[in-house]
Amino acid sequence: MATQAAGGGDFIKNLGRIYGMYTGGFLVFVLFLALLEWAGVPNRYLGYLFVFFTLAVYAVIGIASRTAQVSEYYVAGRQVPALYNGMATGADWMSAASFVGMAGTLFLLGYDGLAWVLGWTGGYVLVSVLVGPYLRKFGAYTVPDFMAFRYGGNFARFLAVIVLVCCSFTYVTAQVYGTGIIASRFLGMDFTIAVYVGLAGILVCSMLGGMKAVTWTQIAQYIVLIVAYLTPIVILSTMQYGIPIPELTYGKAIADITAREGQMLQQGLATAANLKAHIEPFTSYTPLNFFGIILCMMVGTASLPHILMRYFTTPSVREARQSVAWSLFFIFLLYFSAPAYAAFSKLEVYTNIIGRDLSQIRPWMFSWGELGLIQICGKNAASLEAVMEACKAIAGHPGVVRLQDFVINTDVIVLSTPEIAGLPYVISGLVAAGGLAAALSTADGLLLAIANALSHDIYYKMLDPNAPAFRRLLVARILLLIVAVGAAYTASTKPSDILAMVGWAFSLAMAGNFPALVMGIWWKRTTTAGAIAGIIAGFGICIFYLVITRYFPGVGVKYFGMTSLLNPVTGAPIIQDLNAAMALPNAMESWPTLAHPLANKVGWFNLNNIACGLLGAPLGFLTIIVVSLMGKEPSKELQSLIDEIRKPRGRTILEEKT
Amino acid sequence: MAQSTNDEAHWKKTTNLMWLHLGLWLFFGYVVHFFVKPLNTITIPILEFPLGFYMAAQGSLIAFVVMLFVFAKQQDAIDREFGVAEDDK
Repeated sequence: MATQAAGGGDFIKNLGRIYGMYTGGFLVFVLFLALLEWAGVPNRYLGYLFVFFTLAVYAVIGIASRTAQVSEYYVAGRQVPALYNGMATGADWMSAASFVGMAGTLFLLGYDGLAWVLGWTGGYVLVSVLVGPYLRKFGAYTVPDFMAFRYGGNFARFLAVIVLVCCSFTYVTAQVYGTGIIASRFLGMDFTIAVYVGLAGILVCSMLGGMKAVTWTQIAQYIVLIVAYLTPIVILSTMQYGIPIPELTYGKAIADITAREGQMLQQGLATAANLKAHIEPFTSYTPLNFFGIILCMMVGTASLPHILMRYFTTPSVREARQSVAWSLFFIFLLYFSAPAYAAFSKLEVYTNIIGRDLSQIRPWMFSWGELGLIQICGKNAASLEAVMEACKAIAGHPGVVRLQDFVINTDVIVLSTPEIAGLPYVISGLVAAGGLAAALSTADGLLLAIANALSHDIYYKMLDPNAPAFRRLLVARILLLIVAVGAAYTASTKPSDILAMVGWAFSLAMAGNFPALVMGIWWKRTTTAGAIAGIIAGFGICIFYLVITRYFPGVGVKYFGMTSLLNPVTGAPIIQDLNAAMALPNAMESWPTLAHPLANKVGWFNLNNIACGLLGAPLGFLTIIVVSLMGKEPSKELQSLIDEIRKPRGRTILEEKT
Repeated sequence: MAQSTNDEAHWKKTTNLMWLHLGLWLFFGYVVHFFVKPLNTITIPILEFPLGFYMAAQGSLIAFVVMLFVFAKQQDAIDREFGVAEDDK
């Protein structure tokens, strides 16, 4: 395969056969492990086999796709067919947060969690209609390339690099963290070591072959992750409802959940305060924040450099558009299944745990309880005795599990479904391999985006424009390594709340990139001064709001007129006595931990800081329009080049020497 | 300048298509979900989903996927109509 990959033509023609054989081989491998399990090989070894075998396959693809050509390194030689680029984008897009976290969020939040499902799919409409195909016609290697060309050179390029590094680094840290969690849970490694092992897996894929290697491994990773995600839930649906399409059958589960919720309230197993009805909207987010999150995630999708650069790799503008459609199709396969996971798990918990006599608790949960991921009566549910003892310690406990006694970590929902369904361990191993593929593929794309911006935009375009190809690629690889180690280090310090961090990345991208990209293509009158002012204003207000509400909430309250966010159900402030909270010893100090009563809980207009793009993007658009209208119209040459970007036919604007 | 009037007509049609799809995006991404509470009182027969929940969990997603495939076709047709499409290989 190495020679074919290097040769190009034959390899591209045979993609269908190659990945078909790969998928077949993977299924045979799973069956083989099932046989081993049947023969009595311990679970632990099966887990190791799964993880190391899949990692080895990605490494082989990565090494086989090594390249010394600049255009292959940055844009995979622009020859990835639409369908395959769609698959690669799917893997690039779906991270540990989607694979492991999404179903858990839906389990906890019910309807409100769907804000993430909607927000992470609808954005592709904007990618295709407003931005992606035009950037492909322009012929950039990176998003800052376009900014520099459209907005008069290196200052705009530099701003775009700052935006890119801020949002991608926030995002990649969350991914490396996810890799560490999965590796530590299934291989029993120490978390910190697991982070660095995951990092090694990421680097093997991207170091040698850049975008080209990442593309072909991401397709392989997509296949693993989608098989892993759908298998347990298809089996579960078939077992319980006789139809192997969980997306159709979970409607019944939802009806059952709603009925059971009423029952639980009647029997005193839950209270109106702690029960969030599964289909009831706006119990966790106010309508403003619900729709704010949807908008920020959607617009952020169309602004995130690691996603946009995937569409630089297609052979034509036409295929770039088709490729966006395929991307969303492949992403959709996972996202419209996630609510089914949430519904089936919730029904299991509500019927077989809540309201059960303590002695009849189902044993699948004890292995998760041991890890501290499920707690009953305030203690880890490690065994029946532990649970009984913990509940006895609570005065007046009725001897059955009530909703308030039960706490579950959201990561468990997807990971435990095979056990709930009573499936063999090999399916659990498959799910772990899928989660790992999801985290690795996203981390690969992000790291590459950061390293490319630093090596191509900062080093080659700004510092040393005469650097030979050899040195450019060497610098790219060294920077990739440095950024990766930096991300792993940050991740090993366990920054909390992955979903919020990912949300921030989207909002930052939205505020910094979206107005300048869209106006640069759709409004010829946009001037350099306008765009630069727009980026600074939009990105500035967004990062200001984030940093103040998260790290300097006391300052925000005292000097910037921020107030407590409100409870979405009752409308009362979350911080009941703002003055008392301000009087706490560390209210005015910087960098408080997440546990600080003010952190993330103050703001303007009751706006959650995840949706800070809602402040940044409109301000960015407004600034661009006002400042542009004050200045002189852009030159005729530039305007006619914009005309060229709008027409698919013809050469790309930017011709790179290779 | 026949070339530039052709380009202008092409861009005008492209812009109209853009607004059409942004309108659909706005409807399926937001407007339909404003009415989640009344829609939840309707239950889809056989499947038993409340309609409001279903639209956010599946309905809008399906709409987005279909829209994107249709958009790729429509935009390509416009490009071909004005002779600015890329050559077929």
